[in-house]
Amino acid sequence: MDIRAQVAMTFHLDKCIGCHTCSVSCKNIWTDRKGVEYAWFNNVETKPGTGYPHKWEDQEKYKGGWKKSGDKIILRANGKFTQLGKNIFGNPHLPTMDDYYEPWTYDYENLFTAPPSKNQPTARPISLVTGDYIDIKSGPSWDDDLSGSEIYAKNDINLEGLSEQEKNDLHELERLVYFYLPRICNHCANPTCSAACPQSAIYKRGEDGIVLINQDQCKSWRMCISGCPYKKVYYNWSTGKSEKCLLCYPRLETGQAPACFHSCVGRIRYLGVLLYDADKIVETATTDDADLVEQMRGMIMDPNDPEVVKAAMKNGVDPKLIESAKNSPVYKFFIKWKIALPLHPEFRTLPMLFYVPPLLPVIGKRKDGIYDQVMDDDSDIPQMSQLDKARIPIKYMASLFSAGNEDEITKVYRKLMAVRIFKRAEEIHDIPEDEVEEAMKLGDTNPEEIEAIYQLTSLPTMEERFVIPPLAREMAIEDLESPFTRKNEGGFGRKIKPKRRW
Amino acid sequence: MSNWIKDILDPKSREWEEFYRNRWQYDKVVRSTHGVNCTGGCSWNVFVKDGIITWELQATDYPLLDKTLPPYEPRGCQRGISASWYVYSPLRVKYPYIRGSLLTLWKRAKKKHKNPMEAWASIVEDEKSRKKYQKARGMGGFRRADWNTVLEIIAVSSLYTAKKYGPDRVFGFSPIPAMSYLSYGGGSRFLQLFGGVNLSFYDWYCDLPNAFPETWGEQTDVAESADWYNSRYIVSMGSNLSMTRTPDVHFISEAKNVGTKFVTIAPDFSMAAKFADWWIPIKQGHDAALWSAVNHVILKEYYVDKKVPYFIDYIKKYTDSPFLVELVKEGDNYAPGQFLRANKLEEYKDISNGDWKLLVVDEDSNELRVPTGTIGFRYGEDNAGKWNLLPNDMNGKPLNPLLSLIDTSKETAKVAFYEFGEKKEYVREVPVRKVKTVDGEKLVTTSLDLLFAHFGVGRGMKGDYPTDYNDESSYSPAWQEKFTGIGRDTVIKLAREFASNAERTEGKSMVITGAGVNHWYHQNLIYRSAITALILTGCVGKNGGGLNHYVGQEKLTLMTPWLSIALATDWGGPPRVQQAPLWHYINSDQFRYEGEFTDYYHLPEGRKYAKGHTADHIAKSVRNGWMPYYPQFSQNSLDLAKEAQEAGKTDDAGIKAYIAEKINKGEIDLSVEDPDAPENWPRVFLIWRGNALMSSAKGHEFFLKHYLGTSDNLIKDEEAGEYLKDVKWREDAPIGKFDLVVDINFRMDTSALYSDIVLPTAMWYEKNDLNSTDMHSFVHPLGAATPPAWEAKSDWDIFKEISKKISEISSEFFPEPVKDIVTKPLAHDSPDEITQPEIKDWKHDDGVDYIPGKTGFKLAVTERDYSKLYQKFISLGPNVRNNGLGAHGIRFPVDDIYDEMANEPTTRSPDPKHFRSVEWDGQRYPSLEDALDAANAILRFAPESNGELSFRAFEAMEKKTGLDNLTDLAEKYRSVRMTFEDLKTQPKRILTSPFWSGDVNEGRAYTGYALNVDKFIPWRTLTGRQSLYLDHPNYIDFKEQFPIFKPRLDMNLVGDLDNTDDSNAVALNYITPHGKWHIHSTYGDNLRMQALSRGCYPVWMHPDDAAKIGIEDNDWVEVINDNGVVVTRAIVSSRIPVGTAWIYHSPERTVSVPLSNERKKRGGGHNSLTRVKLNPMLLSGGYAQWSYGFNYWGPVGVNRDTFVLVKKLKNLEWE
Repeated sequence: MDIRAQVAMTFHLDKCIGCHTCSVSCKNIWTDRKGVEYAWFNNVETKPGTGYPHKWEDQEKYKGGWKKSGDKIILRANGKFTQLGKNIFGNPHLPTMDDYYEPWTYDYENLFTAPPSKNQPTARPISLVTGDYIDIKSGPSWDDDLSGSEIYAKNDINLEGLSEQEKNDLHELERLVYFYLPRICNHCANPTCSAACPQSAIYKRGEDGIVLINQDQCKSWRMCISGCPYKKVYYNWSTGKSEKCLLCYPRLETGQAPACFHSCVGRIRYLGVLLYDADKIVETATTDDADLVEQMRGMIMDPNDPEVVKAAMKNGVDPKLIESAKNSPVYKFFIKWKIALPLHPEFRTLPMLFYVPPLLPVIGKRKDGIYDQVMDDDSDIPQMSQLDKARIPIKYMASLFSAGNEDEITKVYRKLMAVRIFKRAEEIHDIPEDEVEEAMKLGDTNPEEIEAIYQLTSLPTMEERFVIPPLAREMAIEDLESPFTRKNEGGFGRKIKPKRRW
Repeated sequence: MSNWIKDILDPKSREWEEFYRNRWQYDKVVRSTHGVNCTGGCSWNVFVKDGIITWELQATDYPLLDKTLPPYEPRGCQRGISASWYVYSPLRVKYPYIRGSLLTLWKRAKKKHKNPMEAWASIVEDEKSRKKYQKARGMGGFRRADWNTVLEIIAVSSLYTAKKYGPDRVFGFSPIPAMSYLSYGGGSRFLQLFGGVNLSFYDWYCDLPNAFPETWGEQTDVAESADWYNSRYIVSMGSNLSMTRTPDVHFISEAKNVGTKFVTIAPDFSMAAKFADWWIPIKQGHDAALWSAVNHVILKEYYVDKKVPYFIDYIKKYTDSPFLVELVKEGDNYAPGQFLRANKLEEYKDISNGDWKLLVVDEDSNELRVPTGTIGFRYGEDNAGKWNLLPNDMNGKPLNPLLSLIDTSKETAKVAFYEFGEKKEYVREVPVRKVKTVDGEKLVTTSLDLLFAHFGVGRGMKGDYPTDYNDESSYSPAWQEKFTGIGRDTVIKLAREFASNAERTEGKSMVITGAGVNHWYHQNLIYRSAITALILTGCVGKNGGGLNHYVGQEKLTLMTPWLSIALATDWGGPPRVQQAPLWHYINSDQFRYEGEFTDYYHLPEGRKYAKGHTADHIAKSVRNGWMPYYPQFSQNSLDLAKEAQEAGKTDDAGIKAYIAEKINKGEIDLSVEDPDAPENWPRVFLIWRGNALMSSAKGHEFFLKHYLGTSDNLIKDEEAGEYLKDVKWREDAPIGKFDLVVDINFRMDTSALYSDIVLPTAMWYEKNDLNSTDMHSFVHPLGAATPPAWEAKSDWDIFKEISKKISEISSEFFPEPVKDIVTKPLAHDSPDEITQPEIKDWKHDDGVDYIPGKTGFKLAVTERDYSKLYQKFISLGPNVRNNGLGAHGIRFPVDDIYDEMANEPTTRSPDPKHFRSVEWDGQRYPSLEDALDAANAILRFAPESNGELSFRAFEAMEKKTGLDNLTDLAEKYRSVRMTFEDLKTQPKRILTSPFWSGDVNEGRAYTGYALNVDKFIPWRTLTGRQSLYLDHPNYIDFKEQFPIFKPRLDMNLVGDLDNTDDSNAVALNYITPHGKWHIHSTYGDNLRMQALSRGCYPVWMHPDDAAKIGIEDNDWVEVINDNGVVVTRAIVSSRIPVGTAWIYHSPERTVSVPLSNERKKRGGGHNSLTRVKLNPMLLSGGYAQWSYGFNYWGPVGVNRDTFVLVKKLKNLEWE
């Protein structure tokens, strides 16, 4: 057992509003400067859709992530050294500016300075790259809320398993649907960005597993960008270095949730430590698609198991951090309740961000222009979301969250529905007992678990949603500098710009 | 273990990590918020680094209401968190600006004329020079100016206007005080001290749900969002919660997990539909048809088949259901008339206010009895203590009202019901009772019996009742299909689930509504249809229930002291406050562009009132005192007062009598009857905190033409001439009525761009102010994180400066104080509301004279002392001390608090904890000099933040109602006091007060009308109960006694497309809901929001509509009609219903707008396509809840019934 600590995440998509507040809070703090105008460490996508950068999930196009090769995994782009040998002067799988977007601003000054003229002045868009007037053709949430659905939603790669008819149906009133997928760096246990870096500039922080690009060491090879199947590494064209989500480690280190978590108005985000067995990474990453989720669960260890605690202590994991792992909401969602799933586990990077899939309205039927809900009966008991009448095919959700394993998704939905049915019946008594029993059986759950899921979904405080591990900064720095000295002397000095800008 | 991933602990190799740590560091955090017209009311932390505002994050320290409710935090959204972008951006107004052509004229005039009045007169009285700068409006050519110059122009033009035409030609527009109390209040205080006019906003924005005054006598009172969590069945209608109630919508998903069902009724697959268990894709604007069928099912199954005791008990206690209604013979049948008045019975004919007391049948005695609590018991000494809902009659005898006559009466009458969807009459029998009255025998029935018949629930009665749910007669589930496109099975199921849930939970079914339905011409009816379902199922006044309308941050929680300060009634009054929709309709000359309103609004033959031109209805409403109108008279109100004084009328009563007599003789002209005469034009227009010329300018292009006199894209024909009767038609429409337009702003928005002067104001993070909302029950501050940047000043300080300038120079214009005559409409919550039991018109009806406050508007006399304007501005006047404070007809004493504050030192610096006083002319007053002083004064004088005053207010309420259990609500909190300092520390929850109908004690979530239900306090309506039946004579004539269904207006009749070339175009219904990337026009122009959207303000359409004209996603298009044109890009999406074009309101035409190919000029904003159409019925007044209140009552600025053509833009041209 090689126990390590990972700050992990859960996003509850049923609660996601699609507001993008997370994106802006991040932008304000981290990427509001030259070179990364186009970079959104946090972005929110509408699904079905092609996302940002355009069609990022299509690894035929971008060659990101790992692929299974016999009982091993190899970088889809054939490993850093092969890649380097072949393409020393260029990396053919990088997204281009068209795949992201050409960042712009407006000629706002014109509104103040325009001379008297025949027409009202306006602020035309200007490229932040060339400084010229620009015709805007794409943006970081270009297909938001099914914008351009004919072009984008219809070309979502996760629809590939569906028939033409099924795909078209998703744009008809009866089945019309979308939901949101907020994305940040997954801080993977097996990150391809790091594996692909010829400079070894990308590492996982030992104490919390945060994946970082050393801004001193990065030499702009950009293999990380093609390597990351989630396209969550961005090239700063001004500094010539790659940058990515840092999980707001300066905030985490001071006991605050990352800005995007803090600002999440839907209260969809959870954060806490997982203990995982690094010895199991290879075995997990090489599992067949269908078993990937289950194997990933197997890699996460029980923080209450004395053996695990012992092994963790042996590895130097701080005891306070182990304590915090016991309260980790992510452990509950992913391991205990099994209602959160990794995004595209088949990329085999072992992402440490898990999504609770969204419930969606039931389908309808239309006859002679008259629309009706599809209902089971004419009783007066409120019928809530139903799995067999889901607007979006289970196959689609499985493509996103379980490497095609429809059973995994089904189980999650059954449990989520059981929670609602049980809670309603408990208070209002309008659902027959046998139906409640049946729902719990199908959901493989029980009243205690339901109560716990309900509490953490509906009533949590910030402290329950974000169980931020103590990161013992005094110990982290003391090899370098006495914390006492840091206290007394930290911050003195002048800001001296490096040779290349930041 | 895989060895390709490095786990690094070594601090040496990680020293670089400081790179990001340094960015995160900051120097200061200050609590503030965004004072924009958004219901969010979110508390934010603003981060300051090196003295520069860098970013904001939500404050997460809202106290938890109760452990059974999810926490509020974090509150805030994508728009709010982009606010810091503005502070130092290239869009920031840093200095005063003035149009170059005006500045040149002013400088020349100043050289020529020593007297500033003569200088200003030389510019505005010369048509050539006036036109010169008017035509330049919006067309570039700004120059940076100094504060002194622009303040002087503003002061001079205002005083000139007052002198020449009267102060009621100086207008100001600023919306929604709740978002920043003092920023609004500074401007309104200045205007009211000056004698100017504040324009309303809530009605103009079409945020006012008229159904609230109609049903409850309340502007709006709704649940805080935490109460959604208490609901077990939530239906949202016309409200895209996730998009517009962003910080609150988590309560919905959290409620879902406790077993609540969530249903979304929306024509598009909206962001809220994603949250729903059901999405009901209704045809836009026809929600009332669906709810009518829901009501049909509820009445049939829960009142006839099941007779649910909870429902029956509820409507008996809290609604007008048992009240007797007179039936009036009309042809072969009967028509439902007015409630039978108590004084129609011999027995009660002499009781006080007998026209305003009503009758029910007592179930136990079968006698007709007079229940307490109707509006007649609200006024008059002899009625004190009888205004309550206790189950007694007026003599104190126990009363058990009979809901229906069906079991006790054998007689029936045939009553005719008109169905507007099919334009068809149904004749249905209802049970009746004969009553002997002083006017002879009358047929009466109950309000509930009529409701059964209206909804087509026959109960075995004969007539045109539907036989079953599949019968397509009104209002069956099958009937509604043709209007809504929704199947009968869905509607039946919805009704059953909704009602059964309410039965099982005793009222925890909820409807959440929004602008999506409130912006239709028949918005009040859509609302009433859903309100009826809620009332019938006992869901109003219950936690987890109710109709919750969240449109506009209208809830000024600390209303009572604020009103005195903002409307300057601490010094004088009455204030001049203007109903904006009718004002803009008249003054921007939109009335000229339509014929009679029945051209587009179908009404059956034989109407007494429901006909003619809307402008004439407005004139009548002004004469009758139903609605305010300023300017009041063609004559200067100061001159008239002087004339009266010169005629020997020394006291106010004498002056009023003199004026009334002149009006009766026709010697004074009402401005509203000749609005295009130059002496009746509004002259000076001050805009602050709002986007009066674009975002809210329904009929924007009409504004450009008739208000500003600049370039417009309007091609509509004028057609009113031949239809006008009372309002004078002038052949040539005035072009450019305003002499001066001033915009106070921190960003260069469209209104700023088109103004003559732009003043730089403090951004929200640079000033101290107060903020409250109806979405939650806290008050919190806007706090200054840094001083106002560059040359900006806070709104409070700007108006203080203007006041000072006026006081400095006023002696040139007004050497002495002068008297002013103020007209005033008949007011809600005052005895005025029992003045006009029937409609009379002193202009036309024989034997009816103008009697102020009876047959027509009221008159008041006040004093204007312009030399003391500044001193009054900075001091809280003595009226507060002498008259006490109050609202809704309840007052409480505050003299001790006033005196205490007036005794505070004069010498302190302003701070958030202390009070100060000011001293002038030998008197001391509580200080309002600084915004902090004013904030603390409001907190100290409001019952919601001062427990002692809550107690006193409930004491006054007990006296009024005769209820003896109200002060209990305040006893425990009597020692609570809040200061601005407290709010800075943490958002503070308000206290329960009688000025709001919710109860927040013991952590209870606020919900509207809880006190009415719990404590038997009457609603402020005619019956004192919730109104299902509306008996105002206008309502009877317009056939809106019932929550009836009226379809949206017909595209072919509204006249939007008469002159617009329709080749290569698709005609669509134009929908302008609240958007994702802006709160109205704010935020939408910043780079964050533009980057996340499409880099412009796009129009959304369905692929089928786009295909008809060969439009692909992101193509440039023109959206065009006779009113104007928008040039933008198309978003093609299957999410949008066929037949509609959606532009999220509200674009700025300042950002990325090319020229129109068709009209050759710059494309406009969303309001370039709108023109205001007012519903004349909503002008009704002088009658119970139909009495005027600012932002409470009147027609609203509807805009959904608009039609456009969409075409491909052939040539993309920018200049």
